Parts: sequence; C-alpha cells; structure tokens
Amino acid sequence: MRAPDTNEILLEVEGVALAFGGVKALRDVSFNVRKGEIRAIIGPNGAGKTSMLNVVNGFYHPNHGAITFKGRTRAKMQPFEAARGGIARTFQNVALFKGMSALDNIMTGRTLKVRRGLLWQVLRYGPALAEEVEHRRKVEEIIDFLEIETIRKVPVGRLPYGLQKRVELGRALAMEPDLLLLDEPMAGMNLEEKEDMSRFIIDVNNHYGTTITLIEHDMAVVMDLSDRVAVLDHGVKIADGTPAEVKMSQAVIDAYLGVAH
Amino acid sequence: MIALGQFLEVLIGGLMSGVLYSLVALGFVLIFKASGVFNYAQGAMVLLAGLALVRALDLLVANGLPLWVAVVLAIGFAAVIMAATAWLIERLVIGPLVNQDALTLFMSTIGVTFVIEGAAEMIFGSDVYPLRLFPTDAWFLFEGLFPGGILVNKLDVWGALIAGVLVAGLAVFFQRTKTGRALRAVADDHLAAHSIGIPISWIWFVVWLVAGLVALVAATVWGTKLGVQFSITFLALKALPVLIIGGLTSIPGAIVGGLIVGAGEKLAEVYLGPSIGGGIEYWFAYVLALAVLLLRPQGLFGERIIERI
Repeated sequence: MRAPDTNEILLEVEGVALAFGGVKALRDVSFNVRKGEIRAIIGPNGAGKTSMLNVVNGFYHPNHGAITFKGRTRAKMQPFEAARGGIARTFQNVALFKGMSALDNIMTGRTLKVRRGLLWQVLRYGPALAEEVEHRRKVEEIIDFLEIETIRKVPVGRLPYGLQKRVELGRALAMEPDLLLLDEPMAGMNLEEKEDMSRFIIDVNNHYGTTITLIEHDMAVVMDLSDRVAVLDHGVKIADGTPAEVKMSQAVIDAYLGVAH
Repeated sequence: MIALGQFLEVLIGGLMSGVLYSLVALGFVLIFKASGVFNYAQGAMVLLAGLALVRALDLLVANGLPLWVAVVLAIGFAAVIMAATAWLIERLVIGPLVNQDALTLFMSTIGVTFVIEGAAEMIFGSDVYPLRLFPTDAWFLFEGLFPGGILVNKLDVWGALIAGVLVAGLAVFFQRTKTGRALRAVADDHLAAHSIGIPISWIWFVVWLVAGLVALVAATVWGTKLGVQFSITFLALKALPVLIIGGLTSIPGAIVGGLIVGAGEKLAEVYLGPSIGGGIEYWFAYVLALAVLLLRPQGLFGERIIERI
C-alpha cells in the first residue's frame, strides 16, 4: 500500500553550489523531497544531476549550501555515514561486487543491520543464527519481489546489464533505506527493460513506502513515474513542479530542444 | 621398502616446509584479495613481528618471569606492534593513495618495506636471535614398517598444525562475519562498498592487521627454525612462486601452492640432484612458477579474469 502523502519534508537541499576548479557543476540549487514521494531530477547531459546525487550521498562536499535530512542539518559527511543515516543509492554504471553471486551482493546490503558481535557470527549459534536467518529471509523476500529467483546464485559479472541493475536495486533495498537514490535507473536499457524497471520503482514506492529520488535524462519515463520533477540545466535549477507543470515550462523546452540564439 | 620409506620421508619433509611457505604467502593473498594491493612489505612484516616477539621474550625471561607468562606477554606485545604498524600504514600510505593505480600502491609498499626493515632493526637490534617456542627435535614414525622409521621434525608438525588452524579461522572469518563480507566487498568495488555503509579506512586497517598477525604466526615458526634474523625477509621471495602457482586471489591456492613448491623442490633435489647436479632447491620453485604462468596465468586456484570487449 502507498505511504500516505504527507507534506513532511524528508530532505531539504538549500543553495548548494559545487565547483571543480573553474567548472561550476552546481549553482545555488535548492529543492526538497517529501516523505513517501517519487521525486525526479532531470536535465540534459552535463546538467549536474549526478553531482547533485553525489552531494546528497556524501561522495562530494558542496562548497556552499546546506543539506537537511530527517530534520538534521548535517556537517561534512562521508558516504558510509550517509548510509548509516538511511540513504541508499544505485549508480549510473552499475557498481556491484562482480565476483559475488546476486544473493551475496544483496546480502552485503544488510551489513549495517548485523547486530551480533564477531564471535557470535563466527560460531553462528543461538541469537546470531536467528539473526542470520532473519537477514536471509529479508533478502529472499527482496529477490522474490524483484523476480530474480532464478539468478540468485549466478556471479553478477555474468548477468546481462538489465538484470545487474535489478540486483543493484535489490542491494539498496536490503538496506531498508529512508531515502533511495537512483542514478539513471533506465540508462542503457531497451523498452521492455525500461518498463520493467518503472514497474519495480513504483512497486517499491507502493509496497515499502520508500521515498525515492531518481535522476534521468529520458523525460518520457520520468513524467509517468514521478510525483514531482525538478529540472537542472548547466548546474542551475530551471523548473520544479508536477510533471504537467514542468512539461509546459518554456525554459525546459528550450533546454531540451535547444533555443535559437 | 627402503626406497618407499625414503620417498615418504622426503615427501613429508617437503610438504611440511611447504606449509611454512604457505604461511608467508597467505599474508600476501589476504591483502591482495581485500584491497588489490600487492604488498611487497609482507616479508619485512615477518621480520618486524619476529624481532618484537623474540626481544620482548628475552627481556621478560631475563627479568625472571615464568616462561609461559613471558611467552603470552611477548606475543601480546608483538600483536600490538603489528596493530600499530597496520594503523600507521593505513593512515600514512594506503589511505591517502585511495583510488590510485595498482602499480602506484605496489611501489608505495616497496617504500614501506625499507621503512619497516630499518625501523625494526633500529629499535630491536640486528643480530641473529634464537627463538625457542616449539620443540625442534626429530620424531621417528612407523618404525615397525620401515627400517629406521620415517624422520619427521616436530617443528614442522607444529607449523602444519598452526597453519591449518589459521586457515580454518580465516575461512570462517571471510565467509561468516559481516567484516569478512565487507572485506570481499571492498576488494570488488570501493565506491559501491562506501554506498552501502562500509567505512573503507577501517576495513583496510583490519586487512593489514590480519596480514600482520599472519606475519606474526609465520615469524614464530620460521624464527624457531632459522632464528630471527634479517634473512627472514627473503622468505617473501620464496612466497612469489607459491603465489603464482596457487593464484594470487585464493587462500586455498596459497596453501596448495606452498605444498607443491615444498614437496616438489625436496623431491627434485633428492631424485634429480644426482643426475643433473645439486642446488635444485634454489631454483625449482621459480621454474615451476614459469611453467604455470605459461599454461595457466591465473594460477591453479585464481579467479579467471574475463574482459568483455
């Protein structure tokens, strides 16, 4: 069931600027993400979408601006600290542990949830065994959910791209995140794979009530999927609103189709 | 029966000394698996661990502590030294070089080698220090079956036992604990490991610590065999063919590679020596490694690297 659309703000990004040397990747970008919604950030190539995601996730540290997550404005933060805070993500070019099976990959998503000490884990006895079984049950549930039962023992390096993306989504889900960041979840997919992935994204949002922020450059997919869309171009936010509103915006049309100078 | 008895004696002796090569090779494999770094300093770490152990032990015994208390304290002291070394290496060398080329990291470990060797000898001295942790006398097996029995060195048996326990422990650690899983994850993809909440600097500290402790175990056995001295660092050179034969990424590979090298060189020495000249022990492992490189570059147990084009 769909999480109720409250107006509670989960993530607030205010006035973020990021520069690499002389290149300004982001200029004074502000937006927010409400709890339970699917929020898209779109824009042409080089608009600064992935940079924005990397800032939220802690891979990059903004030069200016503030990020407030779950009501706490945070200082400079490392990616593993963001993960601890409840932010999971996938990558544009798929970053899986290639030598491990699909199952093991998704199990690594449970790393932060393991509570028993080292010695208990080694002995795999009593409470630690119960815990391991519980993690495994959770992971199998995700595998069923993503319809990848048949490939669970296959080393992911051998899987086709579309399935790798699904395993990566599974690993992020295993973290039971408050906020799920998806970096171009549909990139490089054919139409059928895109439709599958769209369905999974909507299902994740409905079934687990996970708040999702996704990045895409393909406008069509995003418009059907998202509750609200922000548009970036050359590091500046040029539009923000419902898909219908964004579609009508002249600035967006210009950015995507080019404008006669 | 004499011929068979002699063959078994040589074979067992070879396998046992092969276990000791495996102990050194293990340290390499651990670090390579978890960080993709070929750690040239592993031999130096064996020296450092051995010196810290033997010097602390001598000092404690000289101060009148009972032997077993002194041994426990000295091993504890050496372990602390290895932990401090692991922490310093992560802080000062590997940490700042994160995401650099594998060759850069390899070069940095050559630098680390010289620093460790110099520091270890400066602090703990540079003589040959005898270490007596395990019995070194001989043992005669199956005297009823073979005339004179089969000679086995007790130290080698201890070494094999310790190596077995160590490998079992490491296998369980890698397979069952979340830290073990995290180690494998970091080896595969730094970025992804970060994103699921694994702090890389902590993991690398753990890896170097484990490699340091493996070096300590190797030092106890090798130190008893040869005395703790600078030439122990050359063991690292003997570990290279072991790694090539077994595969750089495989813990069982390190063990089997060590056994093959140990048994092979002893058998070759005894049976081929008379016809093609002695000293085969010194080059046999390298020729074997060369043959493996030609036929199976990833080693017997290594992961095959398939590049999609």
